[in-house]
Amino acid sequence: MTLIAILALPLLAALLSSIRPLRLYASAITIVSTSACLALAVYVSAQVIEHSRVVALPGWFEADGLSALMLVLVSFVLALASVFAHGYMQHGHEAGRLWWFYGNYNLLAFALLAVPSLAEPNLVWVAVELITLFSVLLVGFDNTSNALEAAWKFAVLTIMGAPIALLGFFLLFWTYRSTTGGAWETWEGLRMAAASMDPSLLKLSFLLVFVGFGAKSGLAPMHTWLPDAHSQAPTPVCAVLSGVKTTVPLYVVLRFLSVVLASPAARVGNWMIVLGLVSVGIAAFLLIQVRDYKRMFAFSTVEHMGIILTAAGMATQAADFGAVSQILNHAITKSLCFYVAGAMLLILSTREIASVRGLFRVSPFSGGALLLSSLAIAGAPPFPIFLSELSILSAGVQAGHKVVVAVLGVLIVIAFVAILSHVNRMVMGKPAAHVSTGVLPASCRFTVWAAAVPVVLLGVYVPAPIHNLLQLAAQQLGGR
Amino acid sequence: MSTSIPDALNTLSAGLILISAFAMVATRQVQGVLRFFVAQSVLLAASSFLLAYSRASVHLWALGAITIVAKVLAIPWVLRRLLPAEFYERREIAQAVNIPTSLLLALVLTIVAEFLMGPIVATTHDPVIRVNLPIGLAGILIGAYSLVARREAIPQLIGILAMENGAFFAGVAIAPELPIIAELAVAMDVVLIAVVVGLLTRNIRETVGTTEAAGLDELKEEATA
Repeated sequence: MTLIAILALPLLAALLSSIRPLRLYASAITIVSTSACLALAVYVSAQVIEHSRVVALPGWFEADGLSALMLVLVSFVLALASVFAHGYMQHGHEAGRLWWFYGNYNLLAFALLAVPSLAEPNLVWVAVELITLFSVLLVGFDNTSNALEAAWKFAVLTIMGAPIALLGFFLLFWTYRSTTGGAWETWEGLRMAAASMDPSLLKLSFLLVFVGFGAKSGLAPMHTWLPDAHSQAPTPVCAVLSGVKTTVPLYVVLRFLSVVLASPAARVGNWMIVLGLVSVGIAAFLLIQVRDYKRMFAFSTVEHMGIILTAAGMATQAADFGAVSQILNHAITKSLCFYVAGAMLLILSTREIASVRGLFRVSPFSGGALLLSSLAIAGAPPFPIFLSELSILSAGVQAGHKVVVAVLGVLIVIAFVAILSHVNRMVMGKPAAHVSTGVLPASCRFTVWAAAVPVVLLGVYVPAPIHNLLQLAAQQLGGR
Repeated sequence: MSTSIPDALNTLSAGLILISAFAMVATRQVQGVLRFFVAQSVLLAASSFLLAYSRASVHLWALGAITIVAKVLAIPWVLRRLLPAEFYERREIAQAVNIPTSLLLALVLTIVAEFLMGPIVATTHDPVIRVNLPIGLAGILIGAYSLVARREAIPQLIGILAMENGAFFAGVAIAPELPIIAELAVAMDVVLIAVVVGLLTRNIRETVGTTEAAGLDELKEEATA
């Protein structure tokens, strides 16, 4: 029942925030509903840790370790982003349009939470598509020509992926039904039947889904919409898009991958490694020449999606653990990065790296936060991304992928240097003589603090429940 | 091999669906593209009714009805409500590729689709799957191509919707037992695509003053300097 409540809450919140007398309180409604979702998601994960599986409606709504991890991450980012939005959206936006923003935000929340809680793959396809549709109008919410351009590219490139993936889901359904003699299709059932399914059909359907949903998770070379959308959208939306909206379609790809890996005849692991490395490589070199700090964080998302895919492609238990840890660490760190970027945008009203100098002196708070979040996202010790990247690299060595590890290591270092050299220029030095400084709303300041806590803590200490949840999630990826 | 009449009619409808995909590529007028899309959706519904009859499948009757409601009625209605009439009267002068070349490329894509699906359809004896799978993939590829070649927003949107039609044409053959709730959800999703992209197009028109997607090219790595 809890699972269904998690989905009902955002829908209710979307409805409430569009009713005329309640429109003024849309932001409060959103904060309350997303926080309640977070609490429920934590409860579901506790149940999953205990029973390894939560079933709300058999064959429809089920959660295992991987789903529970995604639910917690998505609702965590959604809750903090809605707190951030409370202060952020009051600046430069008409108060009369805000209810519309929150209505859309809650619908997006619904779609994001629906993907991990659904067990029927065809409905998952619909939910992934809804994520795209509900985020398009949020990306273009500012209604400037740049924002609309970003929204258009985003819409065309990512909606175009959907029919391609749909054909993949149809093919999967076909081979599953003909193998099992008409059983109800679930992720669980697919994995059990995978060994006896036609391997070439399985591979073709995976390829189609990978192309379709890879575009949605920003994997290269279908990533071109991502930096535009993630730099032009209102910052709380960027945090959601970069932190979890990219990971959720990737979650579907990983589920699908686990089905294909369960079939001994269909080998796709090495493709995934290569495609993952391509994403990391393209992102690493684009990071060097980036000129806008929100785009910088967006390219870093492409990099991390590539790292996760590479790890999942290695298909060993250790690499899978690294992949799910990377999903967790990337989501919490990247959303922090965008809160900081949003705070900087409010204070400096520019997105250009070149025109930011001496941020430490202009605003010690945002300067310190920028330094901390960039170190964390680039993968410096003792932050959690460092640990998960290290575990992926060592899992790669264990699995005998020495070349892959070497290439991945070099690319991560390039990305690290690129990010930190940009950040160094922004944080240090003397500020320009006349900097107009805006005021940072209390809710934004609070969000940055709150989002920084797990980023700092998980680097030094991973509590036992989180560790157990990660292990349960890693088991679902089907590594051997 | 003798073919039953509904299956033969399905093959006819497959041919017409392919022709309507070509027609969408060849039509300059926005209004014309929309008309061919509606015609293609009618054919898709006809195909699923034919198969529903020959296989006595409730699911396919439902799917045909859903297709009529969503694609033949709702989508054109939504687009007309959202966008002023002058959108549809417009002719697209500057396409990235001229029309004879486009048609030739669409032909190449059809052959590619046939070639790609060859090994898959060789495993089945079902004549409907043998027809629908390659034609469906061809529909997807031609739709994707028209997205690249088209410059106007509405023909691009219709390209996406035509891709969905292609996927569904394959779907009626290989996944006829899809849960009805999933079919309904997918149909609702297609209408939502039209609503969202239509709204976006209207906003772009009001703010930027053009709906030529090709004019939207400010965001690049270099341009921000």
